[in-house]
Amino acid sequence: MSGHLGLSEALWVLLLGSLLGLELIGKVPPTLHTPLMSGANAISGITLLAALTLISQAASPALRAVGAVALGFALFNVVGGFLVTDRMLAMFRRKEST
Amino acid sequence: MGELTIELGAVLLLALGLKGLAKIRTARTANGLAALALALAVVGLLAQQGLAGWPWMLGGLAVGGGLGALLAFRVAMTSMPETVALFNGCGGVSSLLVALGAVQLPGGLNLLGQVSVLVSVLVGAITCSGSLVAVGKLKEWIGTPTWTLRPQRHAINILMAVACLVCCGLALKGFALALVPLTVLSLLLGVGLTLPVGGADMPVVISLLNSYSGVAAAAAGFVVGSELLIVAGAMVGAAGLILTQVMCTAMNRSLTSVLFGGALGVAGPTVAGSEGKETYTNVTSCSPEECALTLEAAERVVFVPGYGLAVAQAQHSLKELARLLEQHGVAVSYAIHPVAGRMPGHMNVLLAEADVPYDQLVEMDVINPDFPRTDVVIVLGANDVVNPRAKSDPASPLYGMPVLEVDQARSVFVVKRSLGSGYAGIRNDLFELPQTSMVFGDAKQVLQGLIQNLRELGVGKVPVASGKAS
Repeated sequence: MSGHLGLSEALWVLLLGSLLGLELIGKVPPTLHTPLMSGANAISGITLLAALTLISQAASPALRAVGAVALGFALFNVVGGFLVTDRMLAMFRRKEST
Repeated sequence: MGELTIELGAVLLLALGLKGLAKIRTARTANGLAALALALAVVGLLAQQGLAGWPWMLGGLAVGGGLGALLAFRVAMTSMPETVALFNGCGGVSSLLVALGAVQLPGGLNLLGQVSVLVSVLVGAITCSGSLVAVGKLKEWIGTPTWTLRPQRHAINILMAVACLVCCGLALKGFALALVPLTVLSLLLGVGLTLPVGGADMPVVISLLNSYSGVAAAAAGFVVGSELLIVAGAMVGAAGLILTQVMCTAMNRSLTSVLFGGALGVAGPTVAGSEGKETYTNVTSCSPEECALTLEAAERVVFVPGYGLAVAQAQHSLKELARLLEQHGVAVSYAIHPVAGRMPGHMNVLLAEADVPYDQLVEMDVINPDFPRTDVVIVLGANDVVNPRAKSDPASPLYGMPVLEVDQARSVFVVKRSLGSGYAGIRNDLFELPQTSMVFGDAKQVLQGLIQNLRELGVGKVPVASGKAS
């Protein structure tokens, strides 16, 4: 899997991804700073993809174990992050509907 | 081709999610979209690479996901900042482990892969230890040791950074073992960079570390050759940087002074302890009865909630008191400082939890001109954000921080446990002003005392003017 990605493509992807990130967050009301940070943090747990790749390509059980631990940490970040963000945002939602 | 469609769909959803999270109306749906995007990405990846090693995957999934969900449901809203920091640290650990593991993969890595491993280890480790220090600081398990504020710390940090680069160089030359000292040094560097930062500035640091964990994820994407991971990591990295900047602006702090200035900009020995509690002289204190009498006669009341209110779990009592006053015809609003609580927006979350109407929360710039015509201000567990010294005393570490000008109001009651100094450890002149009275006690008990006293005064029995119920 690591073969198909050339340097220039990868750098283009990096550049465009960064620009997209800069563009997406413009003005944020202070109310949303905490939830936004928490949500973005959950997304950064996407390293779980790399952990999954590591597990599948690993040749030894020890390496698979490393991958599993990495996966565990990443999922802790992802699942916890999204749920906690949802809990925070649910409170704002209730206010709007009333 | 199917996998490509899934990957592109995931990127699109992530972008929509991140964008939607910045608007109140769409935030919750957007959060769901981002979660869906991650789930899609996992499905796409598994479709591509198969299920080899699935027991390990299932194990990591169940344990990590389970613990994350457990914590997310059980954690109190008051400790949200440290929870986010903890999650973030775990993301860093994950990138670090993936990178260390990828070195051992059969086939080896090309130069790009090797450099990416180093970046991932370095940034992942800094994110991890830095986030843990942030958790400790927010929990007040660790303070800011005075030795960390000496100027020499910059030299030590620079030395560690240089040593990290040397290790990176050695690793590229083929000494795989150099990754061990690199990991240790990066972890230490994370501690060295965050330990001197004052607790009040911690949110900015968490936001910055959040950006780092995006960078670490992007680097891990280079290592395993996943475009999706690179895009998502880069997006979070860039968005985190912008959010850090937005937060700095809201707190009127510059990023460099947060990172390199030490606790609230002073690197001298004056920060800790030297301005103790005993220095207050002209402090008047009063009982909840007297406070209730003043409230009963007021027309315009402003509450200034702070972290102390949240710690005492007194949001609900506050809401009850506000309702009672409204029934009595008193105009009630809440003044929200941008950094009330422990993080921008934290206090809004806490008050929303107690069902406080959205439109009664007034931001600092809007409410400041109204204080001169406010009868009563009640400060509940806030301290530094109402300190007039931030305006008057250029020598004060708080100088320049925008504050709520409660000293302009006719009378001010400060509900506080004791005369202890605030989070930033700075003496507050407000307590000594003639119009200020201290009401000592736990915020919740004081509020309930006020409610009881107001009821005894007959407030709330006869509904006065209607139409304030919204």
